[in-house]
Amino acid sequence: MNSQQQFNAFSTIVRKEIRRFMRIWVQTLIPPAITIALYFVIFGELIGRRIGQIGEYSYMEYIVPGLIMMSVITNSYSNVVSSFFSTKFQRSIEEMLVSPMPNYVVIGGFVLGGVARGIAVGAIVTGLSLFFAHLSVTNIWITISMVVLTAILFSLGGFINAVYARSFDDISIVPTFVLTPLTYLGGVFYSISMLPDFWEGVSRINPIVYMVNGFRYGILGISDIGIGVAFGMVLTFIVVLYVWAHWLLKNGVGIRS
Amino acid sequence: MSTALIVQDLKKTYSGGFQALKGISFEVQSGDFMALLGPNGAGKSTTIGIISSLVNKTSGSVSIYGKDIDRDFAAAKMNIGIVPQEFNFNQFEKVGDIVRTQAGYYGLDRHTASERAEKYLKLLDLWEKRDEQSRMLSGGMKRRLMIARALVHEPRLLVLDEPTAGVDIELRRSMWSFLKELNQRGTTIILTTHYLEEAEQLCRSIAIIDHGRIIEKSSMKAFLARLDRETFLLDLSRDIEAVPNLKGVAVELLDPHTLAVEVSKDAPLNAIFEQLSAQGISVTSMRNKANRLEELFVSLVERKQ
Repeated sequence: MNSQQQFNAFSTIVRKEIRRFMRIWVQTLIPPAITIALYFVIFGELIGRRIGQIGEYSYMEYIVPGLIMMSVITNSYSNVVSSFFSTKFQRSIEEMLVSPMPNYVVIGGFVLGGVARGIAVGAIVTGLSLFFAHLSVTNIWITISMVVLTAILFSLGGFINAVYARSFDDISIVPTFVLTPLTYLGGVFYSISMLPDFWEGVSRINPIVYMVNGFRYGILGISDIGIGVAFGMVLTFIVVLYVWAHWLLKNGVGIRS
Repeated sequence: MSTALIVQDLKKTYSGGFQALKGISFEVQSGDFMALLGPNGAGKSTTIGIISSLVNKTSGSVSIYGKDIDRDFAAAKMNIGIVPQEFNFNQFEKVGDIVRTQAGYYGLDRHTASERAEKYLKLLDLWEKRDEQSRMLSGGMKRRLMIARALVHEPRLLVLDEPTAGVDIELRRSMWSFLKELNQRGTTIILTTHYLEEAEQLCRSIAIIDHGRIIEKSSMKAFLARLDRETFLLDLSRDIEAVPNLKGVAVELLDPHTLAVEVSKDAPLNAIFEQLSAQGISVTSMRNKANRLEELFVSLVERKQ
């Protein structure tokens, strides 16, 4: 396949993925928006007022970047894991396996589909947040690049989960038992500098801490982590997960007998 | 004539230790219409799975129009279209989207993909269904959808794994004429089927696989020429109790009004009717016990066991 043909194949997967989540928008775009709106009301308005300031920001302003990032993470992950597992379940993955598409085109197409949903939900949540807090972006480029890289990272994570999954239970185990705890403990609702030294150290093992703080830095200009370290960690994780995903696809793990 | 497919010493052992292919080799010439036959579990689907990259081979090589599936996989895959045995498309996608998306996977731009989808959906009488979800189609339509999808990148080699399974006779015959026409226009076709009549009607060459080995590979004509005996079923006008004595013919009374007679292929049938008449037995109708290919296939597979 020449580069133009590869691009055509790549854009075919991306269009298919976007068409999929747009076709079921009531399941894919609305529920996360409602969930995050509830977070704004309960944690931001009702409880947040009693918490007071974190640094120079109100509690609501402080948690908005984390909540946006949380919606990007969960949606980019769940888009790819459910879509790719569904292609395995319905055996329509064979349509791709018999085709001449290189593995990186397949991975790239699904990842961009996940990024598209992550960013779509992130944009809806950002729009909703404007009803609750005043948002002014400190650095637009850091904000955009961090949200895109995070969506890429978790789309890759969803892809790997889907490759290993053998049942629908398997695609909910990681989000329930790994992703949700890591997100809640990833500094979405608090600054890790508020924790005792030991738990602050433990928190630094959590990759979501780097993404939430990187994004918060882009919007509020404050972070518990150095911005360079945050980008470095995210990029490292992306490389590791991409190599893993590529290896799985190349060897047909969970796909070819 | 170039070679469409070369399979050399192909072996496959599944993770559980089952050896599905024990080193099969065969070639398919360009323009051929070949039947790949074998009993259930013989290795047909594994062979097709390896050719189409859905199954990892243990060893051996496959090349499609001179392109090795390992070394030059993109070029090899461009030349092949697969119609699998099981439905393997997204049941919630629209018919038109399924075919257009497959065209995209082969690198076709959106405009060409739409043109090709229209062309093949029309050829297979599915154009009116293009905006319906694929799960709403009948079984026969789903089979035709898989053929349209396999043809959308216009491969030179088309592999069909039991394409008429569960399809009614009318639709089966219309698919036969479509495939014949496709083959006449130059597409090489490999067909697996359990309907041996189908293989006999359509195919010019035959390969039989059993227990992971190729046990027969020849032209259909040469293969059928080997059949030296034929069995006819004679329906009688009245019931009889004893098997009539017919000289030089093996006779079996299947039920009181049906006789099975096995005769040499070249022997005249008049003598049989004369002998039956002499014994006061009238025949109202006559038919083949099984089609010719079936008799040969069964005898060959049974002999190898």
